[in-house]
Amino acid sequence: MPKTLANYFDELRQTRIWRSVFRSGSGTSTLHRSLAIQQNVFLHLFSTKVRKRMMSFSATWYLGTLTFGTFLILVLTGVLLMLYYHPSVPQAYADTKDLQFVVSSGMFLRNLHRWSAHAMVFLVFAHMFKVFYRGAYRPPREFNWVIGVVLLLITLLLSYTGYLLPWDQLAFWAITVGSNIALAVPLLGQKIHFLLLGGNAVNANALLRFYVLHCVTLPLAAVVLIAVHFWRIRKDGGLYVHQSEPARAKAAADSATAQVEIPKPEAK
Amino acid sequence: MDKDFVAGVDSNAKKSPRRVAFITRRTSAAVRVTDEEQVQTYPELLFRVAVALEILCIALVITALLFNAPLEGLADPSHTPNPAKAPWYFLGLQELLHYFPPVVAGVLAPGLVVMALFVIPYFNINIEAEGLFLKDRKRRLTILATVAIALTVFLLIFDVYVAIPGTLIIAALMAIAAYSSPQSPSSFQRYLAAKPLSFWIMTWFLIELVVLTAVGTFFRGPGWSFVLPWQSY
Repeated sequence: MPKTLANYFDELRQTRIWRSVFRSGSGTSTLHRSLAIQQNVFLHLFSTKVRKRMMSFSATWYLGTLTFGTFLILVLTGVLLMLYYHPSVPQAYADTKDLQFVVSSGMFLRNLHRWSAHAMVFLVFAHMFKVFYRGAYRPPREFNWVIGVVLLLITLLLSYTGYLLPWDQLAFWAITVGSNIALAVPLLGQKIHFLLLGGNAVNANALLRFYVLHCVTLPLAAVVLIAVHFWRIRKDGGLYVHQSEPARAKAAADSATAQVEIPKPEAK
Repeated sequence: MDKDFVAGVDSNAKKSPRRVAFITRRTSAAVRVTDEEQVQTYPELLFRVAVALEILCIALVITALLFNAPLEGLADPSHTPNPAKAPWYFLGLQELLHYFPPVVAGVLAPGLVVMALFVIPYFNINIEAEGLFLKDRKRRLTILATVAIALTVFLLIFDVYVAIPGTLIIAALMAIAAYSSPQSPSSFQRYLAAKPLSFWIMTWFLIELVVLTAVGTFFRGPGWSFVLPWQSY
């Protein structure tokens, strides 16, 4: 019988090197498949089992997954873009021009980063509304909802700070219009505006600040909170499912009859 | 005291372990969670995630190949474009700034929205999520009528005409909901009747967010005047 690709893959998983890298080892038993999740530093954020009906497209539209996907693309393309970019005036604009006309595939790189950024903002909003309409913010998932709202704000700030970096007319005036809103804050408006821009107007200091926020501070904050966001899904008992009609579901705290909720097991 | 139960170990990995609840007082227990079929994250879910991410990659790569990111001339602080627009996701806010003073549109409104989003899961009313008009219908209808009229007049005073259709549509749907019940013959009415207050507020917010963002993006020209998307200025 000729060997299939799957056979080769199975053989690969038996090798000493593979087994030294992946602690779970090979095998198709339920135990091995659980270990593949549980014994992996990245995957162990997730539970080893999921409810079957939560995998259907209609349950989540995979919006959280897709949002994370755009984030990964943005990190990858962003790091590559950093290799060609100096956050100084007017070099930033020249670098952006070079990406367009000199760097090979530079235009593609910038396009992919830009459109992925727009997609991420859109998907984060869509994810939030989908979660809301499913009622998935209900206890014990309150705090994960709060983290999600913070991640929404971080996404907006990431996109906003990135908007300035090409240092063209579009960037300059969009940030000028946006940052002027800070001036409307009572008492502290002027101070916040100055702190944000490193000056009284959008200038070279603002570009540097936005660059640091965009490439270091905000992505780091996002990574940490995304990790907590994923981990809390497991800790809070997996993705939310409607147990009964919302109209009939009573909050246990307010109910005169004790309602025993048998929680789903917390998978490791 | 001797234990009158035995704790067993189930070795069937495909089954979820059960939790046992002991009811000490004389109460009736209602089980709200029943057993549900589960699958292994690896490979079932990871495979689907991989497919979803591949489709996303393909869609974005095609977009990036077909459409170039905009790049205008070098930033020039002495030359203000007209109109100067913020990124699209802030154009709803910029549209609001056109109607209201900056402290209201730029600080108060977004601040309240963010605060409202944070606290949603901490109110029992949002957790029980009962149909708004299932209880106390008459009084709630009066409140609805008052709020709808007040909001419409408020929007008229500040010339926010674009936000009025959405407001009236939501108010009309809520009125239909008030005259529906879980026993209504039409499934649409049953659907509306089950909707809680948070649903109505969020849907109103979603509609206005989309409308204001769309108007700011496509229908605003020099001096923030109303233009049609295909008009050149």
